[in-house]
Formats: sequence, C-alpha cells, structure tokens
Amino acid sequence: MGATNSSVVVREVSLNFGAVEVLKSLNLDVRKGEFIVLLGPSGCGKSTLLNCIAGLLDVSGGQIFIEGRNVTWEEPKDRGIAMVFQSYALYPQMTVEGNLSFGLKNARLPRDEIDRRVKRASEILQIEPLLKRKPAALSGGQRQRVAIGRALVRDVDVFLFDEPLSNLDAKLRNELRVEIKRLHQRLANTMIYVTHDQIEAMTLADRIAVMRGGIIQQLDAPHAIYARPVNRFVAGFIGAPGMNFIDGTIEEAGGKPVFRAGDARIDLSRYSFEGRSEAGRKAVFGVRPEHVATGEAASAMPFSAEASVEIVEPMGSDTLAWTSLGGQNLSMRADSEKAPRPGDRIRIGFDPGRASIFDAGTDMRL
Amino acid sequence: MAVEPAGPKPGKLTAGRIGIYAFLVVSALFFLLPLAVMILTSMKPMDEIHNGNIFALPQHPTFDYWVKAWSSACTGRDCYGLSPGFFNSVKITVLAVPASIALAMINGYALCFWRYRGSEFLFTVLVFGAFVPYQVLVYPIIYALSRVGLFGTLPGIVIVHTIFGMPILTLIFRNFFASLPVELFKAARVDGAGFWGIFVRIMLPMSLPITVVAVILQVTGIWNDFLFGLVFAGHDNLPMTVQLNNIVRTSTGTVEYSTNMAATILTGLVPLVVYFVSGKWFVRGIAAGAVKG
Repeated sequence: MGATNSSVVVREVSLNFGAVEVLKSLNLDVRKGEFIVLLGPSGCGKSTLLNCIAGLLDVSGGQIFIEGRNVTWEEPKDRGIAMVFQSYALYPQMTVEGNLSFGLKNARLPRDEIDRRVKRASEILQIEPLLKRKPAALSGGQRQRVAIGRALVRDVDVFLFDEPLSNLDAKLRNELRVEIKRLHQRLANTMIYVTHDQIEAMTLADRIAVMRGGIIQQLDAPHAIYARPVNRFVAGFIGAPGMNFIDGTIEEAGGKPVFRAGDARIDLSRYSFEGRSEAGRKAVFGVRPEHVATGEAASAMPFSAEASVEIVEPMGSDTLAWTSLGGQNLSMRADSEKAPRPGDRIRIGFDPGRASIFDAGTDMRL
Repeated sequence: MAVEPAGPKPGKLTAGRIGIYAFLVVSALFFLLPLAVMILTSMKPMDEIHNGNIFALPQHPTFDYWVKAWSSACTGRDCYGLSPGFFNSVKITVLAVPASIALAMINGYALCFWRYRGSEFLFTVLVFGAFVPYQVLVYPIIYALSRVGLFGTLPGIVIVHTIFGMPILTLIFRNFFASLPVELFKAARVDGAGFWGIFVRIMLPMSLPITVVAVILQVTGIWNDFLFGLVFAGHDNLPMTVQLNNIVRTSTGTVEYSTNMAATILTGLVPLVVYFVSGKWFVRGIAAGAVKG
C-alpha cells in the first residue's frame, strides 16, 4: 500500500484495449501534497493512466489506492478526486454557478454548504462576476478557470489535470500555469497533471514521470531528469532545443576513459559512470546545446575543439548555431548579440562531466 | 480618413448566373405544375373538367369538393369523408413519434457512452435492420402481434412504427452523441451523475437540434405510411392515407376527380406544414461553449 504519506498509489496497473497494451504493469507512488506531472509524447499512456486513477477507465490488472483506500473498482465520484479536462467540458446549458454546483447537488449537499463552497472557489479563482453567465459567453481562459473551480468545490484530496492548458494560446497558458502553481501552494492538495509540454512539466512539478509506451521511463525531480536522464529517450524528450547525440566508442587511453567519434577524442575522467566503463563499447555521447560554450569560455572548458558554423537559427532570446564535432551535427546556444555567422571558424567547448552517455544498443545511461 | 473599400468587383449578372436562375425557375415550375393542376381541378365542377383543359382556371370556383372530401366522401360503405382517417393518423403519430424518439435517444446514448460487451455488435445488427425490406417482416409481425392480442389495435400500430423507426433513429442519435465531447460525459461522471442523471441533465438539453430532425423524419414517415396502417391498424384506426386510397378507389358512378384531388391535397398537407414550420428550427450551435469555441 506504499508508505503512510502516500496519497495515490498505482500498483502493477495494466490496461489493454484489445490486443494493444496501453499500460504495462505500471507502478507509481504519489506522496501527499505532491505535484506530479505525467509527461510524454502522444500515445504514451499518460492520459490513460490519469483516466484509470479517476475511475473513468477500468484497469485490466493491478490496483489503485487513494488516501490508503483501495479504489480499484470504485465509481469516479467516490474516489475523492476531482478532474480538469483539456476541452474544459463545461455543461453548456448551465450557468457557471450551475456548473460549479452540479456535482454538489448530485451529492445532495445542503444548500448553504453548496453556496459556501461555490463562493469560496469563485473567490479563489476570481470568477465571481461570471457566476450567472453561460459557458458560451466566456473566453477560453475564463472557461478553464471555471473548470478548475468545478474541481475545487469538490473539496477533495487529489486533483487530476488532463492537459488543461493545451487549448489555450501561449500567453494565457503562461498565466494559468502560474495560477495553477499558486493554487497548489495555497491548497497543498495532491495534484497529478498530464501534459506533453515540458515547460509546464518543468515549472510545475515536484517530480516528473516521463512516460513512453505505457511505461514510466524515469520518475524524478525536474532538475534531476534534466541533468541525469536515465536513457536516450528521456534525454531527447526533455530540453529545448534537444540534446545533441554523437555516436562513437568508449576507449581507454593512459588508464582514463575516452570517447572517440571520428577525429574527436573527449576525455571522460570527469564523467561519473553509473557502472563500469568498458573499453570498446559503442556509445552515444549526449550534450545539451546550452552547455556548449564558445570563444574564451570554450577554451576554459575541460574539452574544446575548433569547429565551423554551418547554419544559424535566431530564436530571439538566443541563437542556435549548428556546427559539427567528429563529423556529426552539434548545435549550441549562443548569445544573440555575439552570434556567429555561417562559415565562421569558432572554438567550442564543454564540460564532459555535465554530459550524458548512453549505450548505443540499449540506449540506457552508462 | 477611413479608406473606403474599392477595387474591381465581380460582375453581378453574368451569363452563367442568368443560366442558373433560368434553370431554377424552370425546375420550380416543373415541380409546381402537378400541384397547380390538383388545386385547379379540386375547385372545378365535373362538367368543367370533362370539357376543359386541365390547366384552365375554374370558371365557377367552389370549395364544395373539399368539404365533401373531408366529411362525406365514401370509403367503401362508410361515407364520413377523410376526417376519421385524419384523426386516426393524428392519434398514431402523436403516440408513435415520441415513443420511437425517446427509445432511440436512450439507445443512442447508451451505445455511445456506456459501451458494454457486445454493444458494437448490437449496434451493427440494429443498423442492418434499416436495410431489411418492410414487406419481409409483415407476416411475422402479424403473427407476433395477434399472439399478444394487439393485432389490429392502436397500440399495435404504434408499436410497429416504433420498432421500424428504431434502426435509423438510433443511428442518428448515436452519431449525434458521438459528436459531443466525451470529456463532458467524463466530467459528469466525476461529478457523480449516473446513467439517467447524465442523460436527463446533460445530454437531453443538448439534443434539441437533432431531436427536431428526428421529429420531422418520424412525423412525415408515419403520416405518409400506407402499408403498416393498412395491415396493422385495424378497421377503426385506419390512417388518412388508407382512407384516401379507399376514397379514390371507390368506384360507384363516375370518378369524381375534384373530390379525389381535394382529398389528396388534404392528406399531404400535414407533412408540408411540418416542413415549412420546422425549417427554421434546424438550429445549430446549441453545443457551443462546451468545447473550445
């Protein structure tokens, strides 16, 4: 049943749609008051897992516990959860007030208790002026606020968010993201949040569960997932622009491990291997564009080399410059003010201690 | 200073446009011609019909034949006109339309949102029913209804119409519900609403546009039905269409075209009115606001 401070425990949960295994014996232990983000590409099973926790999908195997109670076969309304959906899913024929109070009326709460909760939720979300309006008369941001309010009035321990910001434009998304974070700090409820947006995941989560193929690949704090991805998939999925991957082999030179790709030799003595580094192993060297330095800073790095700039992509805040290392593409983030130009010969450098190295066969971190 | 919209505009009346309008006008006339002949004929005495052109205007217009068609034309031995048939048709329609729509609505809702083992199969079978010729089923249903004592009764004909409306109506409602965001259903479940709660409180209020479509379909279908009415309604409940047939086919003396025309127009009036009145009720956008708008 997990530790006593567990809020949601998913144990060995499987889900099959016909012959397709959507969730494969999945385990997840969410602590009380924790903000967990389920992150992954579409089709990875993250929304499916959330629907299983909500009770909107029946699991094929395994058990689900919420606040210490086995809720595997309970109805959604009895699980002590509330849910916010991507399409808001407001009842169009009811006013905002009707939307907020619908669940409470179904639960046959007394009138004054319903009023109290609706009032509190609308105060927190600043939707009091909208209470008499219908959803059609609201903007996208207001609708999602109301949808969050509908979750809030349920007064439950666990909040489930299914890509709540994906239908909003970029500016509103940022605003509501901050608001959700503020809400979590204020309420201290357990929150499970599904998204494919890594910015949302990074900024909101206490811990991120990166999913692929119905399996949690890595469950860790955002900075740990960013700094020490367990496999090549996680490394490539987290971070924008994406991590550079350079194919090569691990060799030994003078008793020290070295990564060789083409004519480039990278000293790995600063890299901490998970296990033993075996010489001759085919491997992939991963370095993030923002960890590659240029100019004098590059020369000061443990590894540096000459490279020529091929393509430059200005991104506003900074510029992505494409060079090559060992005959393979390498992107780097450069200051927009001092960005190199195509054709420039520049010095690049990075700290191999901050890099990630994966087995070329298994894709697992070495 | 605001900039006025200016620049070359497409010509208003081109040769193509004139061609289209000409075609439309001719088509409209072509389809209106039979109706015009019917109305003209229904207002002419018999000698005018025999001696004149069918397009000629009535020289002594009269509504006597309309009155006769409604209240005193003979259908076989009875001479009460169409009026008993009209009221029979009203009874059948008023009972069968709500019954079939309510049932189909629940079917479509359940098949869309509450999938269970075999529900897809059931749906396939139901839709297949839409392709079975009615005549094939007439005898088995006569047998079944007479076994339960409903053959030739009002409940009998209502049941028959309800059953035969099921395939197409269920298909319509299921597809309508499938077009609604499934998250609405999920949200209602999290909010603790059950099968009937979600149906009545969430889905019904959103179903107005598709219900209007279903009502039109059923009213016209049931009103215009001849076969089932003839076979299943029984002598006391014969619908207007069957009565019309009896009036037209009753052959004592000369064929009274005027009365026949008036009776036919009267019978067709109800579906016509339904179409005219309900056109504007084909409302859309009831679901606006439920999802990103």
